[in-house]
This record gives sequence, structure tokens and C-alpha cells, in this order.
Amino acid sequence: MFALTHQLLSGLAMGSIYACVALAIVMIYQATRLVNFAQGEMAMLSTYLAWAMIQAGVPYWAAFFLTVAISFVVGAAIERLVIRRFDGAPVLTVVIVFIGLLVIINSVAGWLFTYEIQTFDSPFPDTARFGAGYISPHEMGAIGVTLVMLALIYAFFRFTPLGLAMRAAAQNPVSARLVGISVGRMLAIGWGLAAAVGAVAGMMAAPIVYLDPNMMGGILLYGFAAALLGGIDNPWGAAAGGFLVGVLENLAGAYLVGSEIKLSVALAIIVGVLVAKPSGLFGRVVVTRV
Amino acid sequence: MAALLETRRLSAFYGQTQALFDVDLTVEERGVTAVLGANGAGKTTLLRALCAMVRRQGEILFEGAPFNPREAEEAARRRIAHVPDGRGTFLELTVEENLRLGAYTRKDRSEVARDLKRAFDHFPRLEERRRQQAGSLSGGEQQMLAISRALMLRPRLLLLDEPSFGLAPLVVKDIFRILRAINRDEGVSMLIVEQNANLALDLADRAFLLETGRVAVSGASSEVRADESVRRVYLGY
Repeated sequence: MFALTHQLLSGLAMGSIYACVALAIVMIYQATRLVNFAQGEMAMLSTYLAWAMIQAGVPYWAAFFLTVAISFVVGAAIERLVIRRFDGAPVLTVVIVFIGLLVIINSVAGWLFTYEIQTFDSPFPDTARFGAGYISPHEMGAIGVTLVMLALIYAFFRFTPLGLAMRAAAQNPVSARLVGISVGRMLAIGWGLAAAVGAVAGMMAAPIVYLDPNMMGGILLYGFAAALLGGIDNPWGAAAGGFLVGVLENLAGAYLVGSEIKLSVALAIIVGVLVAKPSGLFGRVVVTRV
Repeated sequence: MAALLETRRLSAFYGQTQALFDVDLTVEERGVTAVLGANGAGKTTLLRALCAMVRRQGEILFEGAPFNPREAEEAARRRIAHVPDGRGTFLELTVEENLRLGAYTRKDRSEVARDLKRAFDHFPRLEERRRQQAGSLSGGEQQMLAISRALMLRPRLLLLDEPSFGLAPLVVKDIFRILRAINRDEGVSMLIVEQNANLALDLADRAFLLETGRVAVSGASSEVRADESVRRVYLGY
């Protein structure tokens, strides 16, 4: 019972990281119908940025928020300077661009920071005040940070005029322009937000999986699985999918397949969802009358 | 009366194909101009050319000065509201969100709230459904929503693309009654594209007949209505 609870809770912790990655993927997918394969590497580079700042003596939370802000700007810049040029290009072309970005960012990180594995300190205390043994303070902190971020993003999209304009631009760009929304600017903001969310995922993951240029490889795969499981059309479904995938992964790793091949759980989920329910668990059904 | 909108030798293109040829057209201040014509005559293209949605040549004058939009969003900033072909509803957003988007470029929040109320007064049905997904509305309700969304801009000029399309005759009558009231009471100028020539001529003070992208007949509504060829082909008597 103790072991099961422990597996469930630490599954939720990893799940919160997958939820962030899934949310970042879905935000860009909704606006462009494209999956950004470089999302994980962008998050990895952000994490190195935070690491470098902390090494230089910047307090953790200052480094955290600075990293989120810089990631936002860089994400928006990548959209404006790179992705925008492939507007209207065939899907395959854009996919190649994403893969190119993935390889470039990975190599740049390796060149700047080497491929040596680094430790990344957690901002949370070493010893737990409660729940000892079941869940580490960092895992609990990661869940908390993710939940706060999800709530903020939800409130942004749901209650602010800019959030509404971004949803409108994603759904119906032609009409959005006719009411005066600059769709290009919305896309850049969307990329910036996705990069910022990814940065949070990277910084929460690094104390668990350690920091190296390939740290996000497996996480991105779980993020895809989460997005598909929750419904790639629905950001909140995708986030819920993240938590679910984290728990499934941990339980399967502990009781089913062992930790060596538990990454295949992600692939099994992806294939399973595509076969059984392509719209995902929470995929939205649009009501239309003709 | 002064002209609010004027085009001079306006041409429009889809890729290499020219769809509109040297169109000269005016909409008077507080006036309604109707553009008639068969399918494929270039009516929708004309509205798109005004909002930079297709490549164009020629001049557009708006409020007496050259108007050269490069992006569609510039039209809304000049308070030109466009109810496009197919209504342009944000189907997955709620009725109220659709209306709020209409006022996206406006900064006067309290006035926007007042206009939202006014839209619900015009169309009580929209108020009953304000929290519903717009995609669940009937065709007539969606057309009411599209017109209301456009009015949320407090437009100087309203561009309407076939507001009667696909609607039951009674609903069409209702919508044209409200359009007339909006023009009369609020002085909103309109450029209305219609296949239903009778309806459009009743509402408009000026009319243009497009044939294969060129102006074939133009003048005051009464003159166009009296024109032999218009009567035979478009009015059917």
C-alpha cells in the first residue's frame, strides 16, 4: 500500500511535467495545426539558462522568473524570424524545419554546456515536513508550481481580452483579422507562451532527470502521449492527460514492464489512442448546425 | 451628400486570374449602396478587395482620403465592419465572446458594455443564448449574431455579404427591417451585396449591377430598378 501510494504520487509529479509539455504542444497545435518537435529542446535550453544564472549566483526564484520571461521572448522571436517564413509551406516542410530546430538547439546546448550531466538543485527543502517517504518535497513542489501555472494560463485565456483574441485567431484567422486582430502577433505570443510553459517544465524536471542536452527526449515523447490521450484539441484535456500518463508510466514501470523499457509505455499510449479514440479522452466535439 | 467610400478603377485578382475590372463605386455618408449580380459576378471579391483580402489595383478613398490597407485588420481599425461570406462566426466561442470580439479594437469599455446591451435589445434571442457555443445557433440566429458582431465596432461603414443567404423568408424580412432601422437611426452607411435584388433595392439608395467583374448598370436604386435588363434578368417581371 505504501509502495503503491508512493508510485502514484511520484507519477503525479512527473505527470505535472508532462502536463506542461503537452500544454505547450497543444497551444501551438491549436493555432497552426502543427506539432512543434523542437518544444522539448527549447525547454532544455531554457533550463540551461536558469542553471547558468544560478551558477553565477542569482537566487533561484529570480533565475526562475527571468528564465520564463526570456524564454517567452525567444519563443516569440523564433516564430517571427524562422517559422513565419514558412507560412503556407507544405506541412512536411515545416516538420523538417522543426526537426532542424531540434538538432540545432541540441547541438548548440552541447557546444555551450558540453554533454556532461549536471545536477540542478531544487528550490524546495531537502527534508519533507509532511508526507515523508511518500513523496519528495521537490515532487510536491513541482506539482504545486504546475497547478499554479495551469490556473494562471486558464485565467488568461478565459478572462482577458488578449486571451479571447488568441482563441479567436486560432479558430478562425480570417474572421479574426476582420474584427481587427493581428493574427501574426497572436501567433508570436502563442509561441512565447508555449516556450515559457516549456521552460517551467524543464526547470521542474531537471532536479529529477538531471540536466544534459538530451534530458527532454523522453519527456517530449510522454508529452506527445499526454496531448494525444487528453485530446490534442483541448489544452485542459492535454494537461489532464499529462498527469494520467505520469501515473500510468510509473505504475507500469513498477509493476508491469520494469523501468528499463517504460518509455515504451508512451508509445503504447500514442498508438492505443490513435487506434481507439483519435480525438482523445477529452477531445472537444464542436456542435454545428447547418 | 458627401461620399464616405469611393473606389476608382478598382481591380482584384486571385493569383493570376482577374476577377474585378476597373470598378468605380460610391457609398454616400449615411447611405446604403447595393451591389447586385449573379453568382461569380465579383460581388464578394469586391468586398474582399476593400479589406485587403485579395490582391488589388486601383484607388480606394475612405472618408475623403486614400485608404490602402495591406492587412485585413486595418479595415477594422478604420471602423469598417465586414460581415463576410459565410458569416465568419467563431463557432466554438460563445455568443457573448463573439460579440466582444466585434469590439476588439475599441478602448471605451463602458460604451462597449452599453453596445452589448443594445445588441441584446435588437436580438433578444441572442441574450437567451449568450453563454452557448455560437455553432449551436440556427442559421438566422447566426446571421443576427454576425450583424450584431459587426455593429459592436460602431462602424462607419458596414460591408454585408449576402445577409439573406440560406435563410427563411420571414427571417430575411426581419433582418432587413433591422438593417433599415440601424441605417436610419444610427446613420451607419452600408455596402450590401445581394442576390435578392428586390430586397436590396428596397433598402438601398444607390445600386450597381456587376457582370463578370465589370459594372454593367449603376445609378439611384429607382433608376436601376427601372432598367429594362435588370428588371428582366434579376427582378423577374
